[in-house]
Amino acid sequence: MALKLSDYKTEVHNDWCPGCGDFGIVNAIQMALAEMGIQRDKAVMFSGIGCSGKTSHYINTYGIHTLHGRVLTFAQGAKIANPEMTVVAVGGDGDGLGIGAGHFVAAGRRNVDMTYIIFDNGVYGLTKGQASPTLKLGEKTKSLPSPNTNSNVNPIGLAVASGFTFVARGYSYDVRHLKDLIIQAVNHKGLSFLDVLQPCPTYNDLNTRDWYAGADLVEEAQQRHSRIYKLEEQGFEPVVHYNSEAEVDEKLSQALIKSLEWGNKIPIGIFYKNELVSPYAVRLQDKIPNYFENPPAKQNISKNGHPNTDISNILDSLEV
Amino acid sequence: MSSVDFTWLIGGPQGSGVESGANVFSKVCAEMGYQVFGKREFYSNIKGEHSYFAVRVADKKIHSNINDVTLMVSFDAETIFRHFDEVASGGGIIYDSELEHIDTGKVHTLDTPFKDRLHAFLELKNKPFTISGVLEVAKEKGVKLYPVSFKNILEKLSEEVGNPKLRGLVRMYNVLGVSLSLGLIKMPVDSLLDSIDNIFSKKPPIAEINKQAANFSYSYATNNFQTFNYALTGTQKEPGTILVQGFQGTALGKMVCGCRMQPYYPITPASDESVYLESHELLEILDDRPGSVAVIQTEDEICAMGMAIGGALTGTRSATCTSGPGFALMTEMLGWAGMNEVPVVITNYQRSGPSTGLPTRHGQDDLLFAVFAGHGDFPKIVYASGDIEESFYDTGSCFNYAEIFQVPVIHMMDKFHASSVITCKRFDPQKITINRGKLLERVDDGYRRFELTDDGVSPRSRLGIDNGIFWNTGDESDEYGHITEDPVLRVKMMDKRMSRLGLILKEIPLSQQATSFGVEEHTIISWGSAKGPILDAIDMLKKEGISIGFVQLKLMHPFPADYVSSLLQNAKIIIDVEANHSGQLGKLFKQNIQRDIDYSILKYSGRAMTSTEVYDALKKIVENNANKREVLMHGA
Repeated sequence: MALKLSDYKTEVHNDWCPGCGDFGIVNAIQMALAEMGIQRDKAVMFSGIGCSGKTSHYINTYGIHTLHGRVLTFAQGAKIANPEMTVVAVGGDGDGLGIGAGHFVAAGRRNVDMTYIIFDNGVYGLTKGQASPTLKLGEKTKSLPSPNTNSNVNPIGLAVASGFTFVARGYSYDVRHLKDLIIQAVNHKGLSFLDVLQPCPTYNDLNTRDWYAGADLVEEAQQRHSRIYKLEEQGFEPVVHYNSEAEVDEKLSQALIKSLEWGNKIPIGIFYKNELVSPYAVRLQDKIPNYFENPPAKQNISKNGHPNTDISNILDSLEV
Repeated sequence: MSSVDFTWLIGGPQGSGVESGANVFSKVCAEMGYQVFGKREFYSNIKGEHSYFAVRVADKKIHSNINDVTLMVSFDAETIFRHFDEVASGGGIIYDSELEHIDTGKVHTLDTPFKDRLHAFLELKNKPFTISGVLEVAKEKGVKLYPVSFKNILEKLSEEVGNPKLRGLVRMYNVLGVSLSLGLIKMPVDSLLDSIDNIFSKKPPIAEINKQAANFSYSYATNNFQTFNYALTGTQKEPGTILVQGFQGTALGKMVCGCRMQPYYPITPASDESVYLESHELLEILDDRPGSVAVIQTEDEICAMGMAIGGALTGTRSATCTSGPGFALMTEMLGWAGMNEVPVVITNYQRSGPSTGLPTRHGQDDLLFAVFAGHGDFPKIVYASGDIEESFYDTGSCFNYAEIFQVPVIHMMDKFHASSVITCKRFDPQKITINRGKLLERVDDGYRRFELTDDGVSPRSRLGIDNGIFWNTGDESDEYGHITEDPVLRVKMMDKRMSRLGLILKEIPLSQQATSFGVEEHTIISWGSAKGPILDAIDMLKKEGISIGFVQLKLMHPFPADYVSSLLQNAKIIIDVEANHSGQLGKLFKQNIQRDIDYSILKYSGRAMTSTEVYDALKKIVENNANKREVLMHGA
C-alpha cells in the first residue's frame, strides 16, 4: 500500500515557536520519506537534544531521541547492527558542532551509510539564546549580554575535511529544494551531511528570514535579491567520478572554497559528493564476508534456549 | 608423595619477552598436569620499565599467588634488586653473572623511593648496593644461587649450531631463562619444545631458533647447575583442563551467549578483551551459516556506549568493555539506557583510581561508582565475578539479566582477573542458557514500547520489525515513548522502572546473588577477584584447625540485603576483604543491612592480594590481635 505524506506524521503536539525554521525541515523530511516510499518500520530518526531533538517525535517512523552531542554514536551503532534500516540523524549546530564535534569528525572517517542533518541557527534556543558554534565572532544576537567571543565553525568545511562523502546545504524555507537534497542524501552510498540554515525567530535576530531574503540589502524592493543562491544553478560540479587523487583534491578544494562564501551571497545545494569511498559496511564486509547477508541484528544466537555458537576449536587450543 | 607448591618468577624490562617466557613456563607446567596460577605486573610503559610474571604451580587446585618465590630467573639487574628478598630459604635464583658488579645507581629505572628503602635495608645488613650485595643477603638466608653468563650461552650456542646471528640476540634471553629454569627443576625437555612450537606456530623459523636455544640452555642447566631442592617431574593431568588468560573468560562468554556487537575504546586493562574478540570475530554456528561479532574501535568511550545502545535497539546483544576512566565517560548514556529500558552490558575491568591512578595496576576501586553511576534514579544491575571461570558463565547471565529485566548491566571485573593466567576446567557453553525476556518477534497494531504492565516489564520491540515502531527519549515519556511532563504519568513511569529492582531480587536465583562457602563465627564478606586469595587463605587456616566462613557477593546492585543478612545470621564477626581504600563493599553492606563491619582487610597498593597476606591478617583477627583496618602491602 502506497504511503501518503500524512502517514509520516505523528499526532504529537508540535511545540516549536511560531515561524520556526524547524517546521520546514521536518516537513521536508516527511515529504522525502513519502516520495521515496520508505516503509515506516524500516526507517529510524535519531535526534539530539534541543528544539531539533523533538523532531523524532513528530515523524511516524522509529524515533530515538538521544543525548546532547551524541546522536551520531547511537545512529551509527544501529546502522552497523542492522544495515537494512534507513537511518537519519538530526540535531542542532550546538549539538553536532559544539559538544558533539568529536563524534562529527570521527563519523566522517567512518563513512557509515546514513544521513546527518544539522538544524543550523547560530543559537542555543532551548536554553534561551546563547551563542552556538556557527555564530560569528563579534556578533550579538538579542539575548547575548555581550558580543560573541568565539570564532565560528564552518560546518561544510569541517564535514569536507572530516571525510563525509556527501556534503550539502539547504535552507529551511525552501522546502522543495530541501526535500530534494534529503532524498539525494539518503540515497547517497555513504555518510551524507546536510547543513540546513534555519532561522530561529525567537533568539537569532541577525540571521532572520528577512535577512536571508536580502530585505536589508537595498532600498528599492525591485532590486532586492535573496542572499541564498543554488550551486546547481551556477553550474557547480560537486561529484567525484574517478576518485583519482587529483580529482578528489580539486573537488574537495572547490567545496572548501565555496563553503567560505557568506554575507551577501550564500550558496545552497551539493558542495561535494564522492561515492567511490567505501562505506563502513563494505569495510566490515572485507573482514566479515557474510556481513550484509547476516548482520548482527539478523543473527540467530540460540537453539532450544542454549547457545548455538561453537567455540570448541578455541577451547581445544586452550586445553592442556 | 610430597605436595608441590612452587612459585617461579621471571622479570625483565618491558618488551624483553617476560610475558612470552611466562607463557612457555605456564604451558609446560599445565601440560605436565599441574595447576597454574600466574599474574603479570607491569608499568604504564611500552619499553624499558620493570615487568614481571609470578607463576605459581601446584598439584592441587589453587586460586591465588603466595608471597614466597621458589625460583627466580633474571636476565637484568632490576629484577634482582626488586625481588631477591621474595625468594624463600631453600629456593633459588638463576641470574646473569655479567650483572654481579652492577650497583643500584646504574639501573635508571629504579625509582628513588624504592632505592631509598633498598639502601636502608642493605646498610642494615652491611652490604654494598650491588647485585653481589643483594645476592649475598639471599645466600645468607639460604637461597641457592645459579650464576650463568647469558652472553656465553648465546656464543656457545651460535658456535654449536653454526649461526653467528645468534651471538648477540638478547631477545632470546627469555627463552634461555625459561629453559635454564626447567632444566634445573627437571621438567621434561619435550614439553618445553612442544610449548615453543605451539607459541611460535605461525613462525616456524623463529620456533626453530628458539628450540635450539631452549635445548642448549636446558642441557646447560642439567650439566652445570648444582642440585636444587625442587623437582617438578609431572603429575596426573586432570582431563578437560584449559590454560586461560583473564580477559578470555568474558570474551569467550560473549561469543557464546550471542553478543554480536562490541564497540570499544582502548584502555588498560580492558582492551585486551576487545582485541581478542575481534581476532575471533568470525564465529562457527551449529547448523547455521557463520556468525560474527562486530568489534568497532570508536573515538571515545561515549561513542562506544552510544553504539552499543544503538546496536541493542536493533535487538542485537551488544556490549562494551572498559575501565574506570572510560566508564566515567559512559555514565550519562547509562542513564539513558536505564530510562529507555535498553539491555546493554558494560564489562568493567577496574584498575587503581582515582583519576588515571595506577593505570596498569589492580584495584577494586569502582564498586560504589558503578552502583551509583548516573544522575537520577533508574534501575540497573551491577554484577561481579570472582574468578575467570565464573566470568565466562556470568557473562551469559549478564546478557540474560539485561534482556529479562530490560536494564543496563555492569559486569565488574578487574586488573587482577585480566592479567592472570590460570588453569581451570574447560568452559562448557551448554551450561549457559539464553533467555531474551520479552523481546518480540512480531508486533500487533497499537504497540506501546513502555506499556504499563503488572510486572513492570513491557514487551520489547526492536528497530526494523513490522509494526514495531516505538519512540525513545531521555525525557520522561508516555507509554509510546513520547515526551511527557505530566506529574501523574511521571510517577507511574518512575514507579514502573524502579519496580524492576524488586523484580530482579525476586527473579534471580539466590545462588547467583551470593555464594556461601560456609558461615563461621568469623565470616568474610567479599566480592570480585579477592575471592581467590580468600579461598586459599581459608584453606591454609583450616589446616591449622581454624575455620573461617566466607560469603561472596555477586549481585552488588540491587543489593540482596535479606538474603545476605540471613546467610550471616550465625556469623559473629564480619570481616570485609577487598582491594580498595575505603572498604566499599563494607559501606554498601552497612547501608543495606545496618550491620557493622568488624574488621576490614584492604589493599590499595595497586598489587593483587596474595593468600599469604590474607592468611596473616585473618590469623591476627582470630587471635584478637588485629587492627580494625588491616592494610596489605605485599608485592613489587
